[in-house]
Amino acid sequence: MAMAQVAVEMPEVEPEETFKMLGRGVNVHYGDKQALFDVSLAIRANQVTSLIGPSGCGKSTFIRCLNRMNDVIEICRVAGDITLDGRDIYSPKIDAVELRARVGMVFQKANPFPKSIFDNVAYGPRIHGLASNKTDLEAIVVQSLSQAGLFEEVKDRLHAPGTSLSGGQQQRLCIARAIAVTPEVILMDEPCSALDPIATARIEELIDELRKDYTIVIVTHSMQQAARVSQYTAFFHLGVLVEEGETEFMFTTPRDQRTQDYITGRFG
Amino acid sequence: MLLYVFAIILTLTVLAYFHGSRRAASLSAFSDTPLHSRPAYHGAYVAIWAGLPSQVLVLLWVSLETAALDALIAGTLPDAETAALSSSERGLIVSEIKSVARGLIFGEPAPFIVDAAARYGEWQRIAAWCLAASAISLVLLGLAVSQRRITALFRARHRVERVLNGTMVLCSLAAIVTTFGIVISLAFEAFKFFQHVPISEFLFGLSWEPQIAIREDQVAGTGAFGAIPVFAGTFLISAIAMIVAVPVGLMSAVYLSEFARPGFRAIVKPLLEILAGVPTVVYGFFAVLVIAPALKSFGGDIGLPIASNSALAAGLVMGIMIIPFISSLSDDALRAVPQAMREGSLGLGATRAETVLQVLLPAALPGIMGGILLAASRAIGETMIVVMAAGLIATLTLDPLQSVTTVTVQIVTLLTGDTEFDSPKTLAAFALGLTLFVMTLCLNVAALRTVQKYREKYD
Repeated sequence: MAMAQVAVEMPEVEPEETFKMLGRGVNVHYGDKQALFDVSLAIRANQVTSLIGPSGCGKSTFIRCLNRMNDVIEICRVAGDITLDGRDIYSPKIDAVELRARVGMVFQKANPFPKSIFDNVAYGPRIHGLASNKTDLEAIVVQSLSQAGLFEEVKDRLHAPGTSLSGGQQQRLCIARAIAVTPEVILMDEPCSALDPIATARIEELIDELRKDYTIVIVTHSMQQAARVSQYTAFFHLGVLVEEGETEFMFTTPRDQRTQDYITGRFG
Repeated sequence: MLLYVFAIILTLTVLAYFHGSRRAASLSAFSDTPLHSRPAYHGAYVAIWAGLPSQVLVLLWVSLETAALDALIAGTLPDAETAALSSSERGLIVSEIKSVARGLIFGEPAPFIVDAAARYGEWQRIAAWCLAASAISLVLLGLAVSQRRITALFRARHRVERVLNGTMVLCSLAAIVTTFGIVISLAFEAFKFFQHVPISEFLFGLSWEPQIAIREDQVAGTGAFGAIPVFAGTFLISAIAMIVAVPVGLMSAVYLSEFARPGFRAIVKPLLEILAGVPTVVYGFFAVLVIAPALKSFGGDIGLPIASNSALAAGLVMGIMIIPFISSLSDDALRAVPQAMREGSLGLGATRAETVLQVLLPAALPGIMGGILLAASRAIGETMIVVMAAGLIATLTLDPLQSVTTVTVQIVTLLTGDTEFDSPKTLAAFALGLTLFVMTLCLNVAALRTVQKYREKYD
């Protein structure tokens, strides 16, 4: 897979193939209230892109557009176009259900189903028919749990309820559950905001490992986290994408005054 | 008089509240120590001390006064008049004295009764004044004692909270005590029944003909008290009702909570709940006048003999009646499942149907079970629909096209018309009631246990 070139000044020259997903002129309204204004952002393949910004800036709204989770919200309207591998995900030809199997999501608060650990991970493969028999299914579950770094901790109690795990384990269970469907992109909406620093560190390590196989978009409130885990960062403010670019440059030489203010802690 | 006493106590209690809170407030204004409790608690403390003991006194007084006065007046009657009388005749004399004292004079009361009536009236007046005086002095005493205890450090809030706690315990006990009272009275009458009819015959007998003669000139049944056919009828009709109500109720709950647009839901949910508000007697004549004839003629068309008061007609209508219990409670249970569960499932590429079936229904199961259970006990205990639409003859059958009777119908027919309270015919109603109660209780316990088991499994 071609890595993105170091072309900070002119990201436009990158060939589009390195973009796993690409949003162009995305506008989102909740009822009468506009939440996103003309956002254009590229998500690069096999990279971690973090979305940062103060609360209510539209970063969660944007991430939810990438797998059409906003469809669930009655009053939400999305305009503009978003592509996955060059295909418009909002086109009538694309089924939202199919899209979400390719673009998985991990939520802010760990939300394991009220089922056993095994069934939580097996849920996706079962509904998508990814395993033809029990042995295959078990293999998928074990592999997903291992990839999520949880297998060693839970291998003796796969049939205990998912909700009996600690907060950090639950979040890794949710990541395992997302991986089990073999998505191409994993969206993470503040996955560590409810976790302690140790559990957060584990998830961050995990994100770095997962980058080999998946494209990851993560919303985070913590700029340190963005700096630690992501290669690309986009800064949102009041529904506008203020600045995006390589994380390293974003945090050392921001081009916009608002970004400068945010990362130096002047607001947010 | 009593009313005035209550009014005075109430007014004084309100005044006591303001006095107490004012006193506490002024205390805090003039001292450096902050109040432990806020002035309102001090006020409530004083008010409780002023109002509660005297209210209790009034209630006790009222409940004991009549008995005490009756005993007193009976004691003053001249021995010459009462020596030869039985206790019930003495009771009659006392009630005559009381009605004369109230001014209701029939015929020519004996002179000793008129005397006693005058005394009785006098005593009542004295008693009333005593009550008023003691109640009001108790209020003032309580007020005086409690208001002196107000200091900055006094823990008025703890005292008030303890009283509130006690009140809540009493309230929750009320329901339990009532239940026990009902069970005991039922058990008492049922026990009398089992002295006439052996319990084994009642529980396992296959024939039910309770309409025995209570007078010689009546034409009547032979008196068989085997309850099996009656309970079989109840279960047949309830089962038909559940077969109708569970799928319809559950599906409409799923539709309303997961698929319907908010506007549609806002109209349909209240409409569905109106069903629960229709009086059951209305369902009853709907069953008799519409459903049963329709079924009968439909049966005639396709060559099936359907009785005009078939179990099917009663069961169908009862099923419609209990739909709202299931749909409304299941809808609430489904909506109580966190949105995160829906998003988690949809985010994995599950369809809405898969989400409902595999995540939402299992998560909402305890609530749904609760709704189904409530509906089942409503169906088993339902009376009016079956009185109107089901039969009276106890037939032991599982054929829904035939006429069966139910426990509630039998209780109604046993306790209406000619009754006599020590004949097995009447007492049988209590035995039926007790058995029904025990059965629904077992059903509730069983369901509670299943719900708990699922809870453990899922949360």
